[in-house]
Amino acid sequence: MAKTPKPEELSKIDYKLPEKGWMDTPVEFKEGMYCHGARPQYLETVDFPNPRQWSSKKDEDWKLPENWKEIVLNGMKERLEKYRSFRLFMDICVRCGACADKCQFFLGTGDPKNMPVLRAELIRSVYKRYFTASGKMLGKLAGGRELTLDVLKEWWYYFYQCSECRRCSVFCPYGIDQAEITMIGREILNLLGLNTDWIAGPVANSYMRGNHLGLEPHTIKSNFDFMAEDIEEVTGIKVEPTFNRKGAEILFVAPSGDFFGDPGTYTCMGYLMLFHELGLDYTWSTYASEGGNFGSFTSMEMGKRLNYKIYAEAKRLGVKWILGGECGHMWRVVNQYMDTWNGPADFLEVPVSPITGTRFENAKSTKMVHIAEFTADLIKHGKLKLDPSRNDHLKVTFHDSCNTARGMGILDEPRYILKNVLNHFYEMPEETIREKTFCCGSGSGLNAAENMELRLRGGFPRANAVKYVHQKYGVNMLTNICAIDRAALPTLMNYWVPGVDVAGVHELVANALVMKGEKERTQDLRLEPLPEKVGAENV
Amino acid sequence: METKLKDTLREKKPAILKRWFDVIMETYPTEAAGFLKGTKNRFTSPVGYTIYEGIDGLIDGLIREVPFEELSPLLDSIIKIRAVQKFSPSQAVAFIFHLKRIVNEELQNMSDAHGVIDAAALSEFGSKIDTLALISFDIYMESREKVYELKASEARKRAFRLLQRESQLYEMQEKERSDFVITNLLREENQLYGMQGQDPNIETTNLK
Repeated sequence: MAKTPKPEELSKIDYKLPEKGWMDTPVEFKEGMYCHGARPQYLETVDFPNPRQWSSKKDEDWKLPENWKEIVLNGMKERLEKYRSFRLFMDICVRCGACADKCQFFLGTGDPKNMPVLRAELIRSVYKRYFTASGKMLGKLAGGRELTLDVLKEWWYYFYQCSECRRCSVFCPYGIDQAEITMIGREILNLLGLNTDWIAGPVANSYMRGNHLGLEPHTIKSNFDFMAEDIEEVTGIKVEPTFNRKGAEILFVAPSGDFFGDPGTYTCMGYLMLFHELGLDYTWSTYASEGGNFGSFTSMEMGKRLNYKIYAEAKRLGVKWILGGECGHMWRVVNQYMDTWNGPADFLEVPVSPITGTRFENAKSTKMVHIAEFTADLIKHGKLKLDPSRNDHLKVTFHDSCNTARGMGILDEPRYILKNVLNHFYEMPEETIREKTFCCGSGSGLNAAENMELRLRGGFPRANAVKYVHQKYGVNMLTNICAIDRAALPTLMNYWVPGVDVAGVHELVANALVMKGEKERTQDLRLEPLPEKVGAENV
Repeated sequence: METKLKDTLREKKPAILKRWFDVIMETYPTEAAGFLKGTKNRFTSPVGYTIYEGIDGLIDGLIREVPFEELSPLLDSIIKIRAVQKFSPSQAVAFIFHLKRIVNEELQNMSDAHGVIDAAALSEFGSKIDTLALISFDIYMESREKVYELKASEARKRAFRLLQRESQLYEMQEKERSDFVITNLLREENQLYGMQGQDPNIETTNLK
């Protein structure tokens, strides 16, 4: 009879790291943890190097140019000279380990190379070997290592397991920004055509047609018509948005995920209803129809090329300033890079709310205002008539999106709005919100399908905190101000915390918004019945 | 359960809990186990905390002889984690069997002062652990099925309005435009049929 293995033998994990150091531990590609390689046509569209059909499995031929090593090292050299931050981040880490357990991908996967310090070390070791005197002479003794094909594949595997969320940088005593290291790492990989299909497709589509799914103007318009029909059914009011209208005061740019994917469409209906009620002189654009900047997941240059569309369109239409919707990395790009890339936008005016007269000094350079700031200002000035009881069927918590929280400091505005449009708001624990917020696990182009396990693990710490408020307070709605959150969190909730739905903040604003001439509301924006009113109307 | 066994298990619980937790944590990479083992903060060490609280509740529930329906959510919280951590199915649920061994060993180490535990009582306790193992298999399978279901439903949801509108309006004339959406949808389907990992262009032609 065959020997029956004991339970402890069975559960020995064969991928348990050997006692060797990390440098000598070859990378292993695990299914569910990485994405497909980019198709050639996407790279050709934006003139990216080395377009070819390739498989991203580790043992396949990645079809790299013969001089790939030279390209990588030259690429590193160029960036070390160009970005002081990159050189600084390569030099100053003291390996204190403060970042190690702050990364949700490490917390969820347990893979040591997902510790931010080690993720950075993957590229730092090559920097040491080729760009420092000690590393050139002493090699491994000075923390340097040879750039091999295995190292390159390791870069690709782990730089596409980082969502550029910057949580680790909050805890780093030196302020090392791992997101920037990942960005540079990906930029260098892109020099060899090493991308992912889910990022390259949206980049090409955004470049050619203005948005990540490649929707053309008439498709966008027809989708808005359907949303307007739903709004009319709920409120009895016909909203009439305009597109590409010259001479409008404001250009509104939202993530295109809100145009067609649920629950983003309800957020979009929220924008439409709010602007209609205000009588705002604004226009949508089918040219600059994507707030999200997938280019920034490939290279600074591509991020700049896509971002430029927003200013170009603002100039073409002759608007005074730009209002931006609920999006994550769009705002990181606007807040941190737009001015340097494509500014100064001196053809625009410093944004002034036409309703309250508030001058948005914080946006005087980019001329772009976040809708949470805009709406919070409206509420602060008492310009909106709100009936929070229409959201009484919802017990709500708020997920700070990494980019708006850590990338630009929008922390209080969405909370202020939510507390004014609903009656049941509950915060998640302090160490999981605001600057310390956990990522949804799908940011920076990781929200493909083939890497679902990675996303579910990376999103576990966030879901775990939601589960806590779900159990403690009965929270059933997770709000956010990011389109990737609206795409990714429903999946995360479905797996980890069934019974919690996901919504953008402006969906709940519109539910509560009492519009002039509206019929008595019996449905929310999802066409679901509103809660029974108890006692007197407070409208 | 026989009172004597119950009392002994109560007394031995801290030792059993610690050994069980350690043995589960050994299934994670050495460098990571140190961090993951943190159990104090529910939010900053979610894996360690969830597993610790889960097995603590399981031991307690077994001693108190609560119905299995009450133990199921505890198993659920642990196995959901292990179901997406690239353990094989047997590795994901094997931790349940460790409990049996640990309990037996702890009881063998008892001093004579505790007297003799009735063999039938011990066997009954063992069967309860077996039942937990069976429930664990169910939860593991449910979790894996859920992962595949999510992969498929997400793509549909992402483009739901678009597909709905387009089909209503018969506007899908330009094939190239829809390629991106459709290819992604087909890719989801392929994965459902276990054709994971092939290049996207090839997948579309291989669809059953």
